[in-house]
Amino acid sequence: MFQSMSGRPDQSTAGLAPFPDAIIPLKGEVAHRSRFPMNEDATETLSGAQIAVRLLERQGIRRIAGIPGGAILPFYDALSQSKSIRHVLARHEQGAGFIAQGMARASGETAVCLATSGPGATNLLTAIADAKLDSIPLVAITGQVASTLIGTDAFQEVDTYGLNIPITKHNFLAGSASELLDVIPRAFRLAASGRPGPVLVDIPKDVQNERIEIGEWPEPGLRAPTPAADPGAIARAAALIDAAERPILYLGGGVTHSDGAAQAVELAEKAGLPTVMTLMALGAMPVDHPLSLGMLGMYGARRANMALEECDLLIAAGARFDDRAIGKAAAFCPRAKILHIDIDCSELGKIKKAHASIRGDLREVLERLLPGVESRPRREWRARVGELKRNFPLRRPGVGDPRTPYGLIHAVAGCLDDEATIVTDVGNHQMWVAQAYPLRRPRQWLTSGGLGTMGFGLPAAIGAALAQPERAVVCFSGDGSLLMNLQELATAAEEDVNLKLVLMNNASLGMVVQQQALFYGQRIFSSKFKNEADFVKIAAGFGWRTLDLDSAPDPRKALATALATRGPMFIHARIDCREQVLPMVAPGGANKDMIGD
Amino acid sequence: MNSIARKHPESSVTQTVLELEVNNHAGVMSHVAGLFSRRAYNVEGIVCMPVGEGRLSRVWLTVNEEARLEQMVRQLEKLEDVLSVRRHGASHEVFERVGEFFR
Repeated sequence: MFQSMSGRPDQSTAGLAPFPDAIIPLKGEVAHRSRFPMNEDATETLSGAQIAVRLLERQGIRRIAGIPGGAILPFYDALSQSKSIRHVLARHEQGAGFIAQGMARASGETAVCLATSGPGATNLLTAIADAKLDSIPLVAITGQVASTLIGTDAFQEVDTYGLNIPITKHNFLAGSASELLDVIPRAFRLAASGRPGPVLVDIPKDVQNERIEIGEWPEPGLRAPTPAADPGAIARAAALIDAAERPILYLGGGVTHSDGAAQAVELAEKAGLPTVMTLMALGAMPVDHPLSLGMLGMYGARRANMALEECDLLIAAGARFDDRAIGKAAAFCPRAKILHIDIDCSELGKIKKAHASIRGDLREVLERLLPGVESRPRREWRARVGELKRNFPLRRPGVGDPRTPYGLIHAVAGCLDDEATIVTDVGNHQMWVAQAYPLRRPRQWLTSGGLGTMGFGLPAAIGAALAQPERAVVCFSGDGSLLMNLQELATAAEEDVNLKLVLMNNASLGMVVQQQALFYGQRIFSSKFKNEADFVKIAAGFGWRTLDLDSAPDPRKALATALATRGPMFIHARIDCREQVLPMVAPGGANKDMIGD
Repeated sequence: MNSIARKHPESSVTQTVLELEVNNHAGVMSHVAGLFSRRAYNVEGIVCMPVGEGRLSRVWLTVNEEARLEQMVRQLEKLEDVLSVRRHGASHEVFERVGEFFR
């Protein structure tokens, strides 16, 4: 069943000790499959836990975030002996899940999180569901009570498998140690193949302890090639684009997942396509590119939403017509034919009927589409879009004052280059940053889009900083969001990550306050915090360096110094709770009907 | 049963029979049923038996023909343990014959 790793010419190390440091592959190293020598006759007797750890090593995993507990202790014991995998001890399993997500989102490679059974597994659920909605490749490994106890309501027993069915791409309950040899590589292949997503492997404690003899190791699970797109569909798409007078390119997160941002920009430039981006796609086309209309949707740019009203062809590329992006579906792009490109067949025509569709890997589709598309400047349409841009200038009140939301975001951006990674939590601060930060690079921007999980920011930023220590990582958060995974301040300090957290503190759940003000008769209820914590003291208490911008005489200068300081740095800024994110589309409303100027 | 979209089965809706080839293990029915239940899409009838040596099973579902059915089929096809999905007319004999046990 498993291909033998033996007998390859570069494998001279016979009778090896498990994993000499020198041959530990780096993640993403293409040749790593051939670098694991196994003597033909050598067998080892290993426990299920040791096998699982070895399989993760063979996958090239270098870091795992998790929290130990009874049912996963055999695995942790095996992990303690690993020379190549470092464990990042989170302070809550949801934190571990988001740390892994941050690693995966920043690098594009599958990341791993760990939890014990019962509450450990339930605490992971939110991070797993978040990965599902944003198509993030994640492998979650959970301990389970012993097989003989499953179904008896044993201590810390929960139906992890059942709980995860609706929020994973696939999941496994390992029945034996030998099954792990199949299940773990498959979990990695599934997480990374097609439309990426989370996969869970639940391993009962007795399976972790079961010892078996191993002679051959399976190949690591890698992304399977996506079937080539239908040439006829590509030709029809090219003809549709050529025939359109007022086309718009609508980019979604699939552009990032397929590594197709450069091809998307090339298509836009060749065919003269004004381009809108979803929250997930920000950075795919530089925001200051002449063809960029910025973000569409509920908190998008009015110019983007208004241009969509007039377009005659919408080219949806790796986008799934989410309600926050398209508003009322029936009123979205009322004059347009739709060309939908997606790797996931079930997305094609799910919300809006597509006049033509291509199923395939977006980058490959764009590469094959490009030569067949006519090079056109589309002067008339571009002139009209230019007019819309002038008629609907971006609204950035206070941008010159670093003590306002937009001003603070601009001041932070002014201290950084495009190499920095920008992470957000969820809420008004997230939308302000999405609107105003000059995002110019795919994977520069990490945010919880589909699930909209408050508490995402800090742990995801820790993961991003661990995965790419050479980059500055800046996490914008709000006080409501930060409080949801505050404990990860400890993890960040312990790991000494190069992370700057900018807390936009309005002592409220600002997005809720805004909706109550606009749509619930100003009845502000349960959305203002009466207890106002001293966040600067709290961060200092966890061992962070801190800056309180409120008391800084020269906030720009203080910000520049703080952002240039290596290690965890907590930057606190008070925001007026009456500050709103505008313009805005009412939930359920049409995108053309935006509130605010 | 989920009550949101429960329709009267006796009303004149067209039904479709779906034939699924699936891996035979403990979680498969949960995966299949979950796709329907989360969308409040009632499955009117289910028959499932192993085929051949028992590595695979065949699942027969009878469901109401709705606009969402196409999406359901695509979602089923995405499941790792579902190897194929075929659509049949309502008059497929599998439920006709099983129906004898319900008289």
